[in-house]
Amino acid sequence: MKKTINGLLVLGLMLISKTLFAQQEVEMADAMRSNGKIYVVVSILAVIFAGIVVFLIFMDRKISRLEKRLPEKKINS
Amino acid sequence: MKNSWWKIIAVTLLVYTLIGGFLFQVPRLNIVNETIRSLYFHVPMWFGMVVMFLVSTIYSIKYLRKPSVSHDNFAVSFANTGLLFGLLGIVTGMIWANYTWGSPWHGDPKQNGAAIALLVYFAYFVLRGSVENQEQRARLSAVYNIFAFAAMIPLIFIIPRMTSSMHPGSGGNPGFNMYDLDSKMRMVFYPACVGWILMGVWISTLQIRIKKLDEHISELEDEKNN
Repeated sequence: MKKTINGLLVLGLMLISKTLFAQQEVEMADAMRSNGKIYVVVSILAVIFAGIVVFLIFMDRKISRLEKRLPEKKINS
Repeated sequence: MKNSWWKIIAVTLLVYTLIGGFLFQVPRLNIVNETIRSLYFHVPMWFGMVVMFLVSTIYSIKYLRKPSVSHDNFAVSFANTGLLFGLLGIVTGMIWANYTWGSPWHGDPKQNGAAIALLVYFAYFVLRGSVENQEQRARLSAVYNIFAFAAMIPLIFIIPRMTSSMHPGSGGNPGFNMYDLDSKMRMVFYPACVGWILMGVWISTLQIRIKKLDEHISELEDEKNN
């Protein structure tokens, strides 16, 4: 009885250590995440994307204005 | 800016992709490590490209059934945006391949197929550029566009799956399971695809509207001259 309990305990510990080990094995940018530098990357990309979107919106509005200046008949042909 | 709700959806989804794509948890895998996040940005380019080319083909078929300048405009504008997505997809794929496969161009069936498909679409624009007459250009390029789409599907979706390829989703298994795409990643990946497709439609409609304006102005000029 004691042996089986011991055996199960060892097996359990082995499984736990294996999952822990497997997680440590693969290198990820955990440091960047823990010290918050990842937010620098995200905000830079967000600013670039925002710039592109603002550009698209301005272009959209400019085209709309031009469309209004022309007579109606042909726009939807 | 009427009827622009879908543009707002596109921008919202892509902002969510940017934030979620970098901050949410991803599976810890060897070799790819943190670059697995590229999936949120590289793969939606191809989804976008295929949808743009599909819309372009539909308008080419429409043109052949009922020739009109408008249908030709739609076909060429969507093909243009599709090509933009395809180029971005292949360049981002090369950057990713350099890191995970060891070199930017690996001669992988998926890479080669994508490159050939893009060349086929380049030829579409070469063909358009080489015909002066507008009606002829529209009709010839509509026929070619249908061929180009029919060539792209096997090049990208069938041939890489018949041979061994290092690209995920190839080599016999078309399923998304190959990406190790767990449910957390899907939460960012699918919105990213929808977002980029809508973005592509937006860019295409801008091109279409510019072309319409251009035609309109030249018609007005013709009336003046007569």
